[in-house]
Amino acid sequence: MRDTTPALSRRRLFEIIGASVGGAAAYQAMTCLGHAEESPYRGPIKLDGDSKGASVVILGAGLAGMTAAIELEKAGYKVSVLEFNLRPGGRNWSLRGGDVYTELGGATQTCEFDAGLYLNPGPWRIPYHHYAILDYCHRFGVTLEPFIQLNHNAYLHSANAFDGKPQRIRDIKADFDGGVAELLAKATKKGALDDAVSTQDQAILLEALRSVGALDKDFHYRAGEDSAAHRGYAKHSGGGLGAEPIAGEPIGLHDILTSRLWRGLQSFLLYDFQTTMFQPVGGMGRIGEAFARQIPDRIRYGAKVVAIQQNDSGVAVTFEDLAAGGAVRAARADWCVCALPLSILSQIPVNVSERMKSAIDAVPYASAVKFGLQFSRRFWEEDEHIFGGISYTDLPIRQISYPSTNFNAGGKGVLLGGYTFDGPNSYEFTAMPPAERVKRAVEFGAQIHPQYLTEFENGVSVAWSRVPFTLGCAGDWSDEARKAHYSDLCQIDGRIVLAGEHASYIPAWQEGAILSALDAIQRLHKRVVAS
Amino acid sequence: MKVAVLPAIALIASAVIGASSVAADDASLKSAAMSHGWEFGEQGGVELFRNVCAGCHQVDGRGAVGAGRYPRLADDEKLASSEFITSILLGGLKAMPPVGDMMSDAQVADVINYVRTHFGNSYSDVVSAADISAARRRAASVP
Repeated sequence: MRDTTPALSRRRLFEIIGASVGGAAAYQAMTCLGHAEESPYRGPIKLDGDSKGASVVILGAGLAGMTAAIELEKAGYKVSVLEFNLRPGGRNWSLRGGDVYTELGGATQTCEFDAGLYLNPGPWRIPYHHYAILDYCHRFGVTLEPFIQLNHNAYLHSANAFDGKPQRIRDIKADFDGGVAELLAKATKKGALDDAVSTQDQAILLEALRSVGALDKDFHYRAGEDSAAHRGYAKHSGGGLGAEPIAGEPIGLHDILTSRLWRGLQSFLLYDFQTTMFQPVGGMGRIGEAFARQIPDRIRYGAKVVAIQQNDSGVAVTFEDLAAGGAVRAARADWCVCALPLSILSQIPVNVSERMKSAIDAVPYASAVKFGLQFSRRFWEEDEHIFGGISYTDLPIRQISYPSTNFNAGGKGVLLGGYTFDGPNSYEFTAMPPAERVKRAVEFGAQIHPQYLTEFENGVSVAWSRVPFTLGCAGDWSDEARKAHYSDLCQIDGRIVLAGEHASYIPAWQEGAILSALDAIQRLHKRVVAS
Repeated sequence: MKVAVLPAIALIASAVIGASSVAADDASLKSAAMSHGWEFGEQGGVELFRNVCAGCHQVDGRGAVGAGRYPRLADDEKLASSEFITSILLGGLKAMPPVGDMMSDAQVADVINYVRTHFGNSYSDVVSAADISAARRRAASVP
């Protein structure tokens, strides 16, 4: 029944993409299909003109809130930031050994990872075209390293294909490309494309197909040195006697098509996941920490906002001081940049226009779950020669990501043991106690890596719908809701303006949060200068 | 608001719902297979509630409080209106996603009937799969 309306069938498309490659890809597709614009960031913003000593209270010390605070302070504003957590960063967050995390419902986990190992429960990779966050990392001294998205030697896996045996991405990609190229070459030579392709172009097309599809001189894709140059060998080249390589037998196109493993290839083609991607050395949380160092003493932690009221002369924010047993306090300022997630803001009394209030209430928050699993040794490197990258599966864990750092050095390691985004499995994992979640992730992962059963040491799990400071992962805009409400959400309403990934066309990405904040404070500043 | 149904029918309905919740013990729920694809595989109100709703509203229906809160479903007078809870499951409310999108009509009806007869709630009118189907049609036809 969900497929009977056009709106839902479009949503369904994203769900199918999500089903095959993980939900982040579905989000990615959403941004790409609708709005393929590159990041408009062109360098540090300049807030020229007199800020007149105006004060701004900023709600939320995530990347959006801290971007606003840093840039407004630089422009001469008196800024103060209220933050619910006892640390900066918001969803920019790394869990390390010794960290204690209590989720909604009261379950507490103590992360038992060894020194240097971590899980990024929220954002974990940065595309090369997210110019703003890359520039801030550069300016604030956050060291980046490559994040490996595509590893040809990682796996594509389905419980129902190839007897549940994981397949190397290299084999599926080379054999799919080769099989399709051979088909197309055959059709070309039979004249089936005569109406569509000129004779001259057909000759070029055949050469192109041979090149990208690894076809042999007869335009066949079959075991031999041509296909082996793409898919690798059954027996690798060596040195000395008996060193000659042996080409492997490609997987037939029928088997690849019916296995559905080709669905996993899309995650390497999508714009947001293309090479080069980055991660901060030591965990994504290093970015939030670096932002906070720019505004020492400006962030008040343990402050739970409970009301936001404005009038002609200013904004009063009522908050509970959690360190003082919830004592009610007030912060006043001339202006307010509210960077709280809509999941929180929609529950707080705020006197903005009906239209903005409707917009605040219009955005459901996605359910997402991540798992960090520590193993006694890096068996994926030692046994399987998988150095970074992601294996995709149709099991409820959806994916396993291997660490993109400390390669080939032995020792322990932490895998991202699963990452679900929307869909039933996200809700089901969320409903389990953390220990049960981790247990399930180990059981599912063992279907791909049997070493899990002997090498697993400890794990943590973050279900975003149970995260006390967000009650969800990210704003899950539908196209219809965006059309009806997005513009209202982004207006300056009296003395209040919103910022965050939810006020961007790059939802669920840190870049969206930063660009949203920059746009909001530029407009706010213009208003102050003109007033 | 639904008109109150005949007491005899209500009695039978509660008996059936009660029986299903007794039959499903905690251990069997925990070992239940997870859903495949993008529709919930859980059947019956108790299983749906524990594997879906409880993630946020908690297994005892008491909700949770952080920077924001998840409303309690226990002793909830708003549940007197079956239309209200139906509209939330099918359309979402604020940050709550429309989880009924991933359920059949019968599943939505089952979990609504379960919540409205447990956790201190005792609303005797029963929601049917046909009611949910009609509500979906009404929602889809809104211009």
